Amino acid sequence: MSIDAREVGQIAHLARLAINAADSEVHARNLSDILAFVERLSGIDTAGIGPLAHPLDMTQRLRPDEVSEGDLRERFQALAPATAEGHYLVPRVIE
Amino acid sequence: MHDRTIAELAAGLSRGDFSSVELTRSVLAAIDQAGDLNAFITVTPEQALVEAEAADARRARGDAGPLTGVPIAHKDIFCTEGVRTSCGSHMLDTFVPPYDAFVVERLRAAGAVMVGKTNMDEFAMGSSNETSWYGPVRNPWDSTAVPGGSSGGSAAAVAARLVPGATGTDTGGSIRQPAALTGICGLKPTYGRVSRYGMVAFASSLDQAGPMATDARDLALMLSAMAGFDPRDSTCVERGVPDYAAALGQQDLAGLRIGLPREYFSAEGVDPGVTRAIEEAVEVFRAAGAEIRDISLPNTELAVPVYYVIAPAEASSNLSRFDGVRYGHRCSDPVDLEDLYKRSRGEGFGEEVKRRIMVGTYALSAGYYDAYYLKAQRVRRMIRDDFARALEEVDVIAAPTAPSTAFALGSKADDPVQMYLSDIFTIAVNLAGLPALSLPAGFSGGRPVGLQLIGHYFDEARLLGAAHGYQQHTDWHSRRPGAEG
Amino acid sequence: MQWEAVIGLELHAQLATRTKIFSGASTAYGADANTQACAIDLGMPGVLPVLNERAVRFAIRLGLALDAEVAGRSVFARKNYFYPDLPKGYQISQYEIPVVGTGHLDIDLDDGTSKRIGVTRAHLEEDAGKSLHEGFGAMSGIDLNRAGTPLLEIVSEPDLRSAKEAVAYMKKMHSLVRYLRICDGNMQEGSFRCDANVSVRPLGQDEFGTRTEIKNLNSFRFVERAINYEIERQIELIQDGGSVTQETRLYDPDRGETRAMRGKEEANDYRYFPDPDLLPLEITADLINEVRAELPELPDVRRARFVADYGLPNYDAGVLTASRELADFFEAVAAGCDDAKLAANWVMGDFAGALNRDSLDLATSPVDAEALSGLLRRILDDTISGKIAKEVFEAMWQGEGDADTIISDRGLTQVTDASEIEALVDAAIAGNPQQLEQYRAGKTKLMGFFVGQVMKASGGKANPQQVNEILRRRLDG
Repeated sequence: MSIDAREVGQIAHLARLAINAADSEVHARNLSDILAFVERLSGIDTAGIGPLAHPLDMTQRLRPDEVSEGDLRERFQALAPATAEGHYLVPRVIE
Repeated sequence: MHDRTIAELAAGLSRGDFSSVELTRSVLAAIDQAGDLNAFITVTPEQALVEAEAADARRARGDAGPLTGVPIAHKDIFCTEGVRTSCGSHMLDTFVPPYDAFVVERLRAAGAVMVGKTNMDEFAMGSSNETSWYGPVRNPWDSTAVPGGSSGGSAAAVAARLVPGATGTDTGGSIRQPAALTGICGLKPTYGRVSRYGMVAFASSLDQAGPMATDARDLALMLSAMAGFDPRDSTCVERGVPDYAAALGQQDLAGLRIGLPREYFSAEGVDPGVTRAIEEAVEVFRAAGAEIRDISLPNTELAVPVYYVIAPAEASSNLSRFDGVRYGHRCSDPVDLEDLYKRSRGEGFGEEVKRRIMVGTYALSAGYYDAYYLKAQRVRRMIRDDFARALEEVDVIAAPTAPSTAFALGSKADDPVQMYLSDIFTIAVNLAGLPALSLPAGFSGGRPVGLQLIGHYFDEARLLGAAHGYQQHTDWHSRRPGAEG
Repeated sequence: MQWEAVIGLELHAQLATRTKIFSGASTAYGADANTQACAIDLGMPGVLPVLNERAVRFAIRLGLALDAEVAGRSVFARKNYFYPDLPKGYQISQYEIPVVGTGHLDIDLDDGTSKRIGVTRAHLEEDAGKSLHEGFGAMSGIDLNRAGTPLLEIVSEPDLRSAKEAVAYMKKMHSLVRYLRICDGNMQEGSFRCDANVSVRPLGQDEFGTRTEIKNLNSFRFVERAINYEIERQIELIQDGGSVTQETRLYDPDRGETRAMRGKEEANDYRYFPDPDLLPLEITADLINEVRAELPELPDVRRARFVADYGLPNYDAGVLTASRELADFFEAVAAGCDDAKLAANWVMGDFAGALNRDSLDLATSPVDAEALSGLLRRILDDTISGKIAKEVFEAMWQGEGDADTIISDRGLTQVTDASEIEALVDAAIAGNPQQLEQYRAGKTKLMGFFVGQVMKASGGKANPQQVNEILRRRLDG
């Protein structure tokens, strides 16, 4: 599986990463190498073998429905690049 | 710090040979002098001295535990309330969390004194510590060599005897491989043994925190404090924590069944000096009465490709939260939302992180999910089943931790796949969720070699016991860089 | 050509839990921006989700009520996309294995028949925050209080054939989730929302046409209007030689139109995969049985019982079981007066009318079930007539006390003493000789006139039945 610079652009868009044009070729080569490397999995017979998402066979624990978190807005928003009137700010979104 | 272990320092503190404040001052001075190693991203002298005073007061009250007053360092992946947590990334260069990671809470509660945050590969993605935005860490044994990664700063700090112990995280070998390359001990516990709460996530189904120190006893002391149930992590196991240090003496090497996976010894590209050192280490076990068996882990060579699908897939999603909106790096003057996202992330992340995000994005995208992600998850089960079968016959599996000793800075930086292969012996353990440790087992070409021991689920006590037993017969663990003779 | 619409709804019910689905932050509505967004809701580094038990129980309740399979094992997945109201860059949802599988809901059609609508699935997921586009200059403001609020997304089969059917289904589901007390149903606050998938096809064709998804439908009226608009738009488009584009559209209530959405939907490769921070959700038979035992009598079952046990018409039983509170109220009134039909008439009539007139609901009603049944008892024991009862009810509504107090204070007790009524009747006849003559000459309609005279003379208190009887005897005798 080989990836070209155009596909790098598509993937970078999906991942919201700015990639400059000069680096696209290098990324294309690196990604192609990595994909070629993992390609060997395609030859493995996995018939009848279920996917394993977690190493341990455990099930989800449930949390009681009780309020445990208070208002830490000031502390959290001190970390934010841009806020106003308690809101996080982003360039205007058009729906 | 005079080359002492945590256990020895605790004894000195309790005898009153020195106070925690004195000890902490000497540690801070040593860190200051070892700036060339670049082992720390942030040093916290004021806070450390406050904690040391509190530890001395606690000891005076007769309320001290084995870690009370002992200086340690945290990998900069663990959130520390009020102390910058960068994860080795420009993205989080100014991020000061309002909360502590579970591991940080627990070690603080035990009275350990945090002296700073150690350098690491950016977002734990790397095997050489060269991807850190704060620059590479140098190997204390040879400043032209890497310390391994991603917990390279913790490994170098312990190896250089700047601190007696440090925390690390291990997603594909990030505790064990740098431990091996710097001649110290490092333990990756069973997945779920230590809470991941407050640990910046790389690959959630693989990440596990663990201790790094100079010998098995110190690992045991640290693990007893770090392990335990935490309701804030759904994947953390509700299970009692043994007193690992107390259990050390109860382990006997005689009769211990050790499996040698033939695939790990016949793998291509393994440094013959490493193989020789491991074979000698195995002989030490045999001489002490251990029963050595040949075993097979047939899908070994698939572990790295499986990992390089699953880990980037999870990472690509885990790192989406770094978007320049609520915290972290934000580009200047974004023209629109798209621009805000793309430039903030493009500028905030380094090349390796971007590479893995793209690989993971690709592996999960429409049309490729089944061929890559799902396929990798199926082979992951085969790898786990291999271990389950092998562990029916043996108590512990022994193997090299890394295929080579510490390699030269820059030597693999341009070839991601070659870099990924440095984790060829450690990755399968994360895929299976098993516990494993690395301990020093000699040298090759003047650089340390690490022996890896892999155990049954939640059988950290036996792993530590085996390592401790070995260390009763050898002194590799007390060798330190720069020492005479 | 005859066209047929094919509609499926995705209903989002916010679950009435105290805390978020994966964090311990409060879900109370109306707090200051971002004061109820904790580290987990904000997607801070290193923090992890833990599932709310009550959200799971609520999902099971709905599953049981829809006669659906509750999955013994279901999986949470991440839906990955970038949007400012989605702090982690992914929404935790369920994808391949939802908690509730195939079920159904029966709706009433206008012709009195009912239609079974298939429910494909219902899954648990977290809500997103809110973006405010006004008031921040060239910026949008993001409030993440709503982020992480538990949602149950209920997906119907494309079984609906008109906007009317869609609304009937939505209303029925709205009533059901409130009945089950799993959602407050407040549509103004966004607790119950609807996305509609709409397509059209020539009548008789089996294949579906290309569908569009309409978002932002937060009232029954908007759902009906938006779907009707969209059906017309699609038919016109096709008739003009065009074709429908599969896309997401937004309903604009001010213009009464739908329009294609910009921005959000442009990249829709969501890269779903199992969330590695959450483990498979196991629901044991024991838990299902426990939840089943907590279930109230379901609305359709209760309706059937009202018809069978109380002899109510099906329609009335449907009205009275539209909400659990109303059905409870009716049953309390019926039990208190021991006449279900009278209770039904009053609850649906004067009582409902008064609530409606004063914009009150059962919780704020000045007359409770006990008071209303006290009034109805006085009708049944002939203390007052139905007509006087309306006056007494109005006084009760104004807070003048219970029925007995008002009847006694105002001296409204019905006159049932035969000799007293006979005297009134005789006086009425004697006072109107002309009408008497006409009556006897065959103008029997004048009976009403005499009844009126007697009632008037009694101040409305004479028992009307007795008045009629005695009058007839005297006039005809």
